[in-house]
Amino acid sequence: MQVGLFIPCYIDQLFPDVGMATVEVLEKLGVQVDFPIEQTCCGQPMANTGCIEDTRPLAERFLAIFRDYPYVVCPSGSCVSMVRHHYEAYLAGRPGFEELKRKTMELCEFLVQVLGVERIDARFPHRVGLHNSCHGHRELRLGAASELVIRPYNKVRKLLESVDGIQLTELDRPDECCGFGGTFAVNEQAVSTLMGMDRLQDHQQAGSEVITAADMSCLMHLDGLIRRNGKPLRVMHVAQIFAGRPLPGSPQATSLAK
Amino acid sequence: MNATSCNHAKEADRFTADQPRVQWHDQALWFVRAKRDTAAHAVEEWEQLRETASQIKRHTLARLPEYLEQFEENALRLGAQVHWARDADEHNRIVLRILQQHGVHKLVKSKSMLTEECHLNPFLEQHGVEVVDTDLGERIVQLRSQPPSHIVLPAIHIKKEEVGQLFHQCLGTEPGATDPKYLTEAARGHLREKFLEAQAGLSGVNFAVAETGGVIVCTNEGNADLGTSLPRLHIACVGIEKIVPRAADLAVFLRLLARSATGQPITSYTSHFHGPISGGELHIVLVDNGRSRIRADRQFWESLKCIRCGACLNTCPVYRRSGGYSYQHTIPGPIGSVLGPLKDAKKNYSLPYACSLCGSCTDICPVKVPLHHQLLTWRGEIVRRGLLPWRKWLEMKAVSWVLRNRRRYQWSGKLARWAVRWMPRWMLYNRLNDWGKSRELPEFPRKSFRELYRNRNGRNQ
Amino acid sequence: MAETSRDTILQSLRAARLESVELPELDPSWSQFADPKARFAQVLESVGGRCLSATDLPDANRQLAQLPEFQQARLIGSTVAGVDRVNFDVMGVSDPHELEPLDFFVAPGQFAVAENGAVWVSDAQVPHRALWFIVQHLALIVPADQIVHNLHQAYQRLRFDHAEFGLLIAGPSKTADIEQSLVIGAHGPRSLTVILL
Repeated sequence: MQVGLFIPCYIDQLFPDVGMATVEVLEKLGVQVDFPIEQTCCGQPMANTGCIEDTRPLAERFLAIFRDYPYVVCPSGSCVSMVRHHYEAYLAGRPGFEELKRKTMELCEFLVQVLGVERIDARFPHRVGLHNSCHGHRELRLGAASELVIRPYNKVRKLLESVDGIQLTELDRPDECCGFGGTFAVNEQAVSTLMGMDRLQDHQQAGSEVITAADMSCLMHLDGLIRRNGKPLRVMHVAQIFAGRPLPGSPQATSLAK
Repeated sequence: MNATSCNHAKEADRFTADQPRVQWHDQALWFVRAKRDTAAHAVEEWEQLRETASQIKRHTLARLPEYLEQFEENALRLGAQVHWARDADEHNRIVLRILQQHGVHKLVKSKSMLTEECHLNPFLEQHGVEVVDTDLGERIVQLRSQPPSHIVLPAIHIKKEEVGQLFHQCLGTEPGATDPKYLTEAARGHLREKFLEAQAGLSGVNFAVAETGGVIVCTNEGNADLGTSLPRLHIACVGIEKIVPRAADLAVFLRLLARSATGQPITSYTSHFHGPISGGELHIVLVDNGRSRIRADRQFWESLKCIRCGACLNTCPVYRRSGGYSYQHTIPGPIGSVLGPLKDAKKNYSLPYACSLCGSCTDICPVKVPLHHQLLTWRGEIVRRGLLPWRKWLEMKAVSWVLRNRRRYQWSGKLARWAVRWMPRWMLYNRLNDWGKSRELPEFPRKSFRELYRNRNGRNQ
Repeated sequence: MAETSRDTILQSLRAARLESVELPELDPSWSQFADPKARFAQVLESVGGRCLSATDLPDANRQLAQLPEFQQARLIGSTVAGVDRVNFDVMGVSDPHELEPLDFFVAPGQFAVAENGAVWVSDAQVPHRALWFIVQHLALIVPADQIVHNLHQAYQRLRFDHAEFGLLIAGPSKTADIEQSLVIGAHGPRSLTVILL
């Protein structure tokens, strides 16, 4: 099976290993990965600011770049939600757009729904707290939102649970926003910081060593707070855990770096 | 623009400066959210109820003029008097006229966000009417000369020590007293007197039933009820969106309302007023004040489905940490951030941005107002109307220009990664770096993903 | 003047056409309980009320006599015939303000709702609407076979075809407006006892 790999701009530029881990996870499962080099950004920062006209050309580029792939896979729930739920305003009625919405998938979603993966072949013997990033959680419905009265499920957690040696921690507020929110993080810096600090506190009381998520943007914000405040926590994207990366700063990771 | 507009982030700074208070405020509201969750999860058909409620509201709003006429006809038949007010000013004048006709100079009032919206209290006070808010939380903020900071829990931002001090000054309670039970008892005594003296009672309305002509008021304290059963004159102020077609529809909304608001199965008192008290008068004031305009708005009409339960405020991570006053609008939180710009887009342009788009409000709303989607839609409107501060607008233009071309994007990325790696800390964490005020920047890597990927594939081939 | 506003509002509403959806059918079979009586009692207690069961009126009187609020009450009124110790004639009161000193009031409730612990009462059962709210302690006597499962069934029973005040009472008057601390006895009754007869 061939997939077009959609790597969000900030992952491309700031967290290249998350992209590499995604490639490794997919290839290990026999997926043929293709990264179309013309891609840049889905346009979410502009769209979430309300700059519709500045988003339109990016949505059009995206469709042109990815329309011919059978699946488009991306290690970010937020960027997938942008395509699936928010491109309507720019691309409604365009040839290939309806299919694009259907076939653009977040990594965990793709693993569970398309590949039918039930177990991840990886080992990660650490206490891990799952941060349910909002757009993946409430827009893509990767898990049951705590507000809804529906049967509980969580695709990301289910995959994590299958990782050898992992211990998932239980949070007081399992799906509260971390306060990243794109430009919100700088527009509302004070509130955003308070939200993030509260998440860290919750993970600390729950005993997490590592915070993981299907969205690196939330983790970038949380990691910024962790490092500024010297908190005993680390962040890792779920793809990095799935790809068998060691815990950053652990003896394993250090020896690997050498 | 800045002279007449409010900036939520700036207003929030005042509240966030006191971190222990923010934490306390957050936890108080999260406690309410948790009670709501328990109550909602105990109702198996909860999601069906939400959908049903949403459909009833959609149906009713579509046929609003017919239902309003039906309501009026039935209310008149039962002996009530019905008034129509186009705006806040007309609403206030109607209320004053009724009070003056009855020689009323002491009025007890129960909670009504509509009268807050119309600024009725100061208007009546200017005309010599003593207005006493009788809901405990509302009385507390009234004695402090503040507006409510929450639509269901008006004094949620005030600590018991502050209430103790206020009651010591205003009601003569023991100095230093902080026990909520003792303070509530003092308020009960104080307000009993007000109830007994009052010449008229004014209430808001939760629902108005078209097929019966009745108005329904929900309270836990019984203040709306005591306030309208001692005097012979009851004025009920109703926003025109409060109509439901059938009495049977009340079951759907009442099952959702209190559970969503406070986690109770129903409020202590759900009063059904059909016609006036014997020997008295019931005046129902139907108020538009911008609602017909919102209803006609193709993008935002769904905000009129709101039943003012406050669940979106309780769940909103921003509201919980910035407090009700940071919104500078009668109704704060997610629903207020949709309604605020509808009232005055220029003044309230920043409210749709006081949101991380987490979507919790949309999932918690008992009548399925797509709140976070509406906030996002508003942002588009703010830009379209040229209300976004030019610096932000320009930033986005520039970013979009870079991203529209692969080579521009790659070179900008490379340059930024190089610069950040070499820039000294003092230069990097400058005054304009809002991210860096409280957070470290990520460690900027030497190579981008696309470089690593190309290298790897190059090796493989 | 009020006439013009009415027309303006209705006209502006008619000018904007909204796509209508059908009024949904309601399902009265939602939220059914194996033992509605037990459920009612449980929910009522959870909202600060008290639920008693009595075999007949003498039994109800015996149980009332054991309530501390009833024992301490100086002025007791009732609109249920046969309640003991009644010494305040609520029917003889012409101005509801005179009801203020009343300590305890016993009234009939029409039916109870298992789902939320509420009892339906109306002006038809009392001479003054204020009685429900002004008294210090309230007891409602409800026929034990008059318990509906949920609010949908409640509204199937109710007719609002004439001028009358009715209400659902679920527990005593309460507030949590000071730091979310629940305090029973805000403005209305400090206690609510429901006796299922």
